[in-house]
Amino acid sequence: MRTVMTLTLNGESRAFDGPLSVAELLAGLGLDTSKIAVERNEEIVSRSRYAQTWLGSGDSLEIVHFIGGG
Amino acid sequence: MDAPLPAGDTWTVAGRSFRSRLVVGTGKYKDFQQTAAAIEASGAEIVTVAVRRVNLSDPSAPLLQDHVDPKKYTYLPNTAGCHTAKDAVRTLRLAREAGGWNLVKLEVLGPPPTLYPDMPATFEAAEALIKDGFEVMVYCADDPVAARRLEDMGCVAIMPLGAPIGSGLGVQNPAMLSIMIEQAKVPLLVDAGVGTASDAAIAMEIGCTAVLLNSAIAHATDPVRMARAMKLAVEAGRLAHLAGRMPRRMGADPSSPLTGLIR
Repeated sequence: MRTVMTLTLNGESRAFDGPLSVAELLAGLGLDTSKIAVERNEEIVSRSRYAQTWLGSGDSLEIVHFIGGG
Repeated sequence: MDAPLPAGDTWTVAGRSFRSRLVVGTGKYKDFQQTAAAIEASGAEIVTVAVRRVNLSDPSAPLLQDHVDPKKYTYLPNTAGCHTAKDAVRTLRLAREAGGWNLVKLEVLGPPPTLYPDMPATFEAAEALIKDGFEVMVYCADDPVAARRLEDMGCVAIMPLGAPIGSGLGVQNPAMLSIMIEQAKVPLLVDAGVGTASDAAIAMEIGCTAVLLNSAIAHATDPVRMARAMKLAVEAGRLAHLAGRMPRRMGADPSSPLTGLIR
């Protein structure tokens, strides 16, 4: 059954059609999963679990990578 | 030609051995090309990196990893910008997931303008990280009591400041650093404050294991040339430390013999 979900991605609220897994979300965003890390509601989602981690409306995700720093 | 350091003069942190005693940051450069060229010139084997949100509106933007190869350089993720233990721990858990390794640089900073290490928050974060299996290289105050406590907790390297982050004021505390070097049983790195090559050499001469810097290279007029200067300064300082400097004396002592003078 299709639903509309609201997710907070890196602090920004966005609407998506559900059901949606982390893997599907990242693919839709065009991200290379080998170079990022994902936190969902302040819990790490390990790369091996992207496909079976289903998102729910109201979830908050942080999607990060390495940048230059001292 | 490279300065001839003794063969096998390596240092080890968390079971990994390195030849270069210069650890460099990857921030504040003009672009990734300059970052890569400066790091190459520095001879560094470990580079610090920050963890930040991906720009979701431009997912194909160039990445640090495409220019500074994590297979060639050991990435040392930092907690720059974290002002609480909780943020530092969250950041490094993400870094471990993104990079797959446990060696990290912990820094929990107080507010501007000093960005001085917040030691109570640093203790709290270090404890949580060590419990979670991280190998923690820790930025800290030049405080021998705090350093001993961090070492006893299990931190794998102690990294006191020479002067405030990004200040370029040089090593302002050589006496205190010397005391900390004497007592440390893990590598001790000067992290922050180095402004130019002589500062890095001073840190190495007093016996630091290595030097960590970023702004001194990135904010030089010619970063690649300064990176090379830092490489040489760290090697020179290391050699001078191993050589053992002459004693200081109050009076003069002529270098030429006084015998055989013409009359």
